[in-house]
Amino acid sequence: MPDDARAPDGIGAPVRRKEDFRFLTGQGHYTDDINRPGQTHAYLLRSPHAHATLGAIDTSRAMAAPGVVAIFTGADLAAAGVGGLPCGWLITDKHGKPMVEPPHPVLAQGKVRHVGDPVAVVIAETRDAAKDAAELIEVAYGVLPAAVEATDAVKPGAAQLFDEAPANTCYEWEIGDKAAVDAAFAKAKLVAKLDLINNRLVANPMEPRAAIGEYDKGSGDYTLYTTSQNPHVIRLLMGAFVLHLPEHKLRVVAPDVGGGFGSKIYHYAEEAIVTWAAAKVKRPVKWTSDRSEAFISDAQGRDHASHAELAMDENGRFLALRVDTVANMGAYLSTFAPAIPTILYATLLAGTYTTPAIHAAVRAVFTNTVPVDAYRGAGRPEATYLLERLVDVAARVAKLDPAEIRRRNFIATDAYPYQTPVALQYDSGDYFKTLEMALKTADRDGFEARRAEAATRGKLRGMGIATYIEACGIAPSAVAGALGARAGLYEAAEVRVHPTGSVTLFTGTHSHGQGHETTMAQLVASGLGVSVDQVEVVHGDTSKIPFGMGTYGSRSLAVGGSAVMKAIDKVVAKGRKIAAHLLEAAEADVEFADGTFRVSGTDRTKSFAEIAFTAYVPHNYPIETVEPGLDETAFYDPKNFTYPSGAHVAEIEIDRETGVVEVVKFTAADDFGRIINPMIVEGQVHGGLAQGIGQALYEAAIYDKDGQLLTGSFMDYTMPRAANLPMFDVATNVTLCTHNPLGVKGCGEAGAIGSPAAIMNAVHDALSPLGDIRVDMPATALKLWQIIQSHSPAQAAE
Amino acid sequence: MSAPISMTVNGRKVTANVEPRTLLVQFLRDQLGLTGTHVGCDTSQCGACLVHLDGKSVKSCTMIVAQADGAEIMTIEGLSTGELHPMQAAFKEHHGLQCGFCTPGMVMSAVDLVKQNPEPTEHEIRDWLEGNICRCTGYHNIVKAVEAGAKAMGGSHAG
Repeated sequence: MPDDARAPDGIGAPVRRKEDFRFLTGQGHYTDDINRPGQTHAYLLRSPHAHATLGAIDTSRAMAAPGVVAIFTGADLAAAGVGGLPCGWLITDKHGKPMVEPPHPVLAQGKVRHVGDPVAVVIAETRDAAKDAAELIEVAYGVLPAAVEATDAVKPGAAQLFDEAPANTCYEWEIGDKAAVDAAFAKAKLVAKLDLINNRLVANPMEPRAAIGEYDKGSGDYTLYTTSQNPHVIRLLMGAFVLHLPEHKLRVVAPDVGGGFGSKIYHYAEEAIVTWAAAKVKRPVKWTSDRSEAFISDAQGRDHASHAELAMDENGRFLALRVDTVANMGAYLSTFAPAIPTILYATLLAGTYTTPAIHAAVRAVFTNTVPVDAYRGAGRPEATYLLERLVDVAARVAKLDPAEIRRRNFIATDAYPYQTPVALQYDSGDYFKTLEMALKTADRDGFEARRAEAATRGKLRGMGIATYIEACGIAPSAVAGALGARAGLYEAAEVRVHPTGSVTLFTGTHSHGQGHETTMAQLVASGLGVSVDQVEVVHGDTSKIPFGMGTYGSRSLAVGGSAVMKAIDKVVAKGRKIAAHLLEAAEADVEFADGTFRVSGTDRTKSFAEIAFTAYVPHNYPIETVEPGLDETAFYDPKNFTYPSGAHVAEIEIDRETGVVEVVKFTAADDFGRIINPMIVEGQVHGGLAQGIGQALYEAAIYDKDGQLLTGSFMDYTMPRAANLPMFDVATNVTLCTHNPLGVKGCGEAGAIGSPAAIMNAVHDALSPLGDIRVDMPATALKLWQIIQSHSPAQAAE
Repeated sequence: MSAPISMTVNGRKVTANVEPRTLLVQFLRDQLGLTGTHVGCDTSQCGACLVHLDGKSVKSCTMIVAQADGAEIMTIEGLSTGELHPMQAAFKEHHGLQCGFCTPGMVMSAVDLVKQNPEPTEHEIRDWLEGNICRCTGYHNIVKAVEAGAKAMGGSHAG
C-alpha cells in the first residue's frame, strides 16, 4: 500500500496524538484512578529474606486490628484449589528433556525464595489499615543461605532453591552446529575473545502496577482491572490455570497503562489474589504497588554472564562464533522467561553478518532474586551487546577500522531472503546504507579532530559504532509453537463501521505509551478514506475486543496492524457489493479509493458514508446475498518474524578527574520498514535510546550476597534524568518487510537494542589511550575513575 | 482521630477532616477525586505528583496535607479550562508525552520553570527537570516542548 501523501492524517503523516488531550489535562484513567463502590484494599506481606523455610504464620493479632476484613495465606489458597502461576513457554533442553518447571505458588508455600516473595495478603477498609495490620503478622522464617549470582548458583555447595532442579539449573540448551564451529576455529588465523556481563535491570514504568478484583454475586461474573500489556493473555492464564474460571465469566480490563516495557506482560500473583479474594470477601479488592514494592515484585530484565569467541581469517572475515551464556531466571519462571535467553537471544547471534557457523550454549539458572523476564528488547539487546562488543574487539585483533570490519562481514543487500545458521530467515534489509547514514550524520570524519580538542580539556573522547538486527512482529504461531510457545501469537482486529460512517476499531494489541489510538486510526483513515477524528480505537477490555495477544516484541503494527488491514479489506469488499447494487454495476467494475466507490471509468459514485448508511438501513439492498451491517473481524497470523535493523553511533567524553561520562552526541539510523507516523516512531526511538544508555552508564539491579536488593528505590537505582541525556539524531532508512500487508517491521525496542553496545564501544574507544581495558556495564563514574587512576602515568611508574 | 483542614484547590474552597498522616497527594486523589496527580515513587524522586502550592511547584507525596492548610493548590486539572494551556499544547505538538503518567507533573513543573525563567535554555530545562523522571520519551521531546511552551507563554507568565 503506497504512502497516502494526499491524506493529511493517513499513512506516513506525523499526526498529533488523539490520546494526548486526556493525558495532558489529568483525565487519563489508570488502574489506580479507578475506585469501585464498597471496595476494600489489599496489602501484601512479603518476605524480607531471600531464602527461608516458611513455618507458622500467626495472623491472630492482625485480624483483630482496626479495619481488617480478611487475611489469607498460601495455605488458604491451596485449600481453595488455587493453582500456581503458569509459565507460557517450554524449553526443551539439549538432551531432549523438558526444562525444570517448579511450581510458582501465588502466595508462598513451604519456602520463600526471594526478597519480596508474597507470604500473606491483608484486606482492610483502607490501604493504611491493611498495611498497619500486616506488621502484626508473625511469620516463623528459617533463614537459609542464598544463591544470588547465576554463575555461583551452579557451583557445588550452592544453596538449592528447588529439590527438582539440581545445581539450580532450569535447562541447558544449545543451538547451531558445534562441529562446524570447532572446525572453523581450528583453521582460524585470528580469534577475538570476550567475557562480559549483561547487567540486570529494573523496567520501572512510571506507573506502578495495580489491580482491582470485583465479583458480581448476582451473575457470578468476575472483573479484573489491571496494569497489563495483554489483558486476554491474563484472562487465559489466570482463568485456565490459576482460578479455574471460564473466559465468559471473567472480564479483564487494562485501561490506560503508564508504560510497560515488558514488565506488564506477565501474569502476576496480585492479579489472581484480588480476583479470588473479591469473591471471598464479596467486595471489590484493590491493590496498588509502591515503587519499593515494584523493585522486589516486578519481573526484572537481562542478567547474563557470557563468554564469546569469534574466529576470523587473516582479512578479518568472520568464520565462526562460539557463545556460552549463563542466564539468571530469578526465583521462579515468569511467564515468558525461558524463551528470552534462547529463542529471542541465541537466534539473533548472526546479527547483521554472514558468519557461516555459530554455536551457542545457554544455561538457565534459578537464584534467590526477583524473577527475570522480557524487558524492552528481551534477548535481542543481550545478543547485540555481546556481538557488537566482540566485533569491536575483533577489529582491534584484525587491526581494522570498526566500520570497515562490519562492512566486510555484512550480509549483502541482494542476499535476501537470507538464512542464518541460527534458525532465522531475514526477509529484507540494507545494512550498508543504514551504517553510512549513521556515520555521515554522526560526522565520523570529523571525530579525530574533536577527540584531539577534547584532550586539551582533560577529556577522553570516544566514538562507538553498533549495528543490530531484531526479530520482531512476534510471531508465526506454528514456528513459535515448534519452539515451545504454549499459545498462538496472531492478532485480532474488528472494524465496526457505524451507520453514519464513523468507525470504532477494536484491537487486540494494547497501547501503554505507543500511541496506537493515533497510529491505528491512521490505518483506518487511509484504508477507508475517513479522517482520524472519525475513528475511535478501543483496546484493553476482553468484554469488547474479539481476542488479542497484546503488545510486546514490537508486534503491534506488524501483527496487529496487519489484522486491522485484513478487517479493512473485508469492509471494503462488502462495501463494494453494496455499492455495485446501488450503482447497478457489476461488482468487478466497482473500485474504491479515497473513501469513494466508483464504477470504473465513470462518474457514478457512492461515498463510503452512503454505503455504511445503506448497510444499516437496507431498504434498497442485495438482501438475498449480503447481510446487513458493516462490521468485520479479522485474525492475522504472521508468516515470518520481521527484521528491523540499524546502526547506532555514540560519541562520549569521560572526565579524567571525575570519571563522569557525558554523551555528547548520539545518532541512530534505523530501518523499520514503512513508517506510519514518523513523529511517534522518533519518540519510540528516543525512549529506547534512553533506556539503552541507562543500561550502559547508570542502571543496575545489585543484590548483596544475602540476596537483598541494594538498588531498591529511585534513591539507589539510577534512572536516567533529563540532564544525563543529549538531544538525539534520528534517521530512518526504509526497506519494506516483504511478508505483511503494510511492509512494516516495528520500532518499539530498537533504541534499547543498539545503544548499549554503541555507548560501551565508545567508552572503550575513549579509554584506549590507557591500554586494552575491559569494563562491564554500567560504566559508572566510580568504575571509570578507578580505571583512570590505576592506569595513570603516576601509578604506572610506581 | 481526624483534623479539620481547609484550602483552595483549583480555585475552589475545600474543607475536610483528615487523618493526620494523610499526604497531600492522597487527599487530592482519594478525597477530591483529582486523579490527574499521580504517584510514581515513594522517595520523592519522580515528580509525577508535582502540583503548585501558592504558585510554586511541590511534590504532593512529600507533604502532610495539614502542611497545605490554608494554601492555594493548583493541580493539572486546574491549569486550563477548556482549551489547553500553552505548555500543554506544546507537549502535544512536540510529542512530549507517551504513556502520560509523568506528564501532569512534567507540565506543572515546566510551567513553574517558565514563570521563574521565561526563556530557559536547553541546559536550564534539563537541569530544572532533575526532579521529574520520564521513562518513555528520553526527554528529547519534553525539552523541545518546554522550549516551545516557554515561547508560547511569551512572558505573559500565564499559568
